Amino acid sequence: MISLTRRYGFPAAHVLAHPSFSPAENERVYGKCANPAGHGHDYGLEVTVSGEVDPRSGRIVERDALDALVGTRVLDRFSHRMLNDDPAFGERVPTAENIAAVIHAELEAPVADLGARLLRVRIRETRRNSFVYGDLS
Amino acid sequence: MSTVRLTRAIDFSTSLRYWNADLPAAENRRLFGRKAEQHGHNYRLEVTLRGEPDPVTGMVIDLKDLQTVLDREIMARFDHRDLNRDTPYFEKEPPTPENFVRVIHRLLRAALPAGLLDRVRLEEDPETWVELIDDGGPA
Repeated sequence: MISLTRRYGFPAAHVLAHPSFSPAENERVYGKCANPAGHGHDYGLEVTVSGEVDPRSGRIVERDALDALVGTRVLDRFSHRMLNDDPAFGERVPTAENIAAVIHAELEAPVADLGARLLRVRIRETRRNSFVYGDLS
Repeated sequence: MSTVRLTRAIDFSTSLRYWNADLPAAENRRLFGRKAEQHGHNYRLEVTLRGEPDPVTGMVIDLKDLQTVLDREIMARFDHRDLNRDTPYFEKEPPTPENFVRVIHRLLRAALPAGLLDRVRLEEDPETWVELIDDGGPA
C-alpha cells in the first residue's frame, strides 16, 4: 500500500474544560490546561491519504487540490482562532484527540471526492505530544 | 526471539522535473505547475526491515551490509544526479515521490534478502512524504 502525507500547521488557542463540569472539576481533570483565559499551540497537522497512483500524473492526489482542501476546510477555520468558539467543540473538549477526530471527519468525504482515501490525521500539539486518528498501521 | 523492525535512513540530493513525456508541454505545465521546471530536493529515505534477530549475533541484518546495499542501489544511482536525464526510470514517467518510492522499493526488494523489506518512506521535502508498505506481492 502506498500513501502520501502532507504537513501543515495552524496556531490556535483553546481551553480544556468540559461545559458540564464545575470550574473545580475542570481544574482537577485538565490542570493548567483549564485556564479560562486560554492558552495555545502551534499545531502541526499531517494528513495522510492512500489510493491508486494515477499513471498520467504519477500521483495519488493532486497536491494543489489537497492543499486547497485542507486550506479551506481546516486552516482557514482553525488558524488564529479560539477552538472552543468553533461549533465542533461546543459540547466536545478541544483535546488534541478530538481535534484530530474532527479534522478527520471534515476531510474524509472531500478527500474521497478527489479520488483518494483519507488514511489518518496526525496532530502534533507540541514537539513532545502527537496524536493519530484513523488507520494506525 | 520475536520479530523486530529496524529502520536505516539515508539522505541524498537530486535534480528533477515532473514531466510526463507522453503529454504535451502545456499539459505538463498545467498538471505540475512549478514542479514541471527544473528543481531539486534533499531526499530522506527511511528503509524499514522486519525479521527475527539471529540467535547468535542478535541482529536482523548487519547494518554494514544494509548500508552497502543502500550505497550501491540508491546512493550510486541517484545522489547528485538528475532523475530525468541520468537514470532510466523517469524517461516517460514523472519522478513524483509516488513513482520514485516505487522504483526504490523494486530496487531494494530485489537486492535485499527475501522477506525482510517491510516499508520504505521517502521524504521529498519536510512537508511531503510517501510511504510504501510491502504487501509481499509481486514487486
